[in-house]
Amino acid sequence: MTLATFFFYLFSIAMIASAVTVISARNPVHSVLFLILTFFNAAGLFLLTGAEFLAMILVVVYVGAVAVLFLFVVMMLDVDFAELKQGFLQYLPIGALVGLIVLVELVAVVGVWTVAPQSALATPTPGHLSNTAALGMVLYTQYVYLFEAAGFVLLVAMIGAIVLTLHHRPNVRRQNIAAQNARTRASAIENKKVPSRAGV
Amino acid sequence: MVIGLEHYLIVAAILFTLGVAGIILNRKNVIVIMMSIELILLAVNLNLVAFSAKLHDLTGQVFALFILTVAAAEAAIGLAILVTYFRNRGTIAVEDINMMKG
Repeated sequence: MTLATFFFYLFSIAMIASAVTVISARNPVHSVLFLILTFFNAAGLFLLTGAEFLAMILVVVYVGAVAVLFLFVVMMLDVDFAELKQGFLQYLPIGALVGLIVLVELVAVVGVWTVAPQSALATPTPGHLSNTAALGMVLYTQYVYLFEAAGFVLLVAMIGAIVLTLHHRPNVRRQNIAAQNARTRASAIENKKVPSRAGV
Repeated sequence: MVIGLEHYLIVAAILFTLGVAGIILNRKNVIVIMMSIELILLAVNLNLVAFSAKLHDLTGQVFALFILTVAAAEAAIGLAILVTYFRNRGTIAVEDINMMKG
């Protein structure tokens, strides 16, 4: 057993075990933490196929941003998760049945349909370039419109998330800078003629 | 024993199945459903990367990158909707989300 084979089975088994825990954990915080473990193992599998840039992006984007976002939402919402967990056993037979059917179909597809004789997977990058450089060479030339579309998708998602979650509380006093700057001597100061010994 | 394309496809198929089963099993919990969707997208990415390595073509990795982008955007929007919904209704139970039903 070579080292690559050993690591393939290590990452695969750890990834599948943690994915099972994601969908079956009682506490959603545990689900999120096992989702992070799943992504780490998937990054390991990506490394084995030579996709180094995607592996790093998976760790940075998913573990650093998406999983933390999930964690924040799970902790921020004050939800009774035990109540949400109630239907789990009720749905277990149908869920297991559907899962089994899908798995059998997918495995049948993979098993019947052979691509080529068994050969080791190799990184598709040219010899003199690193994976990241090779990816950049095609991403910024051949796929530049798709790349800009992806950037636009992210922009729309950012604006949408901000618009959705922004809300103004009615009775919070805020500084109105425009009104402050618009004040003049005439509008702010009032001269009063106070009679002597009468007070204001 | 050489690790070939089939091994990666089988692992991705198992991960995809777990995601589908997770959606059905956790029908009441939107957060776990969204995590299951992330698992499904991860399985798709694994397939694309494995085919990219098999066919010696970088296109698969480029598309995996785009799927990653869309998945991140989807998670952000979905969680924002969830937070807004919880603020308005005080619950995130899926069977209570029926205001748009005619």
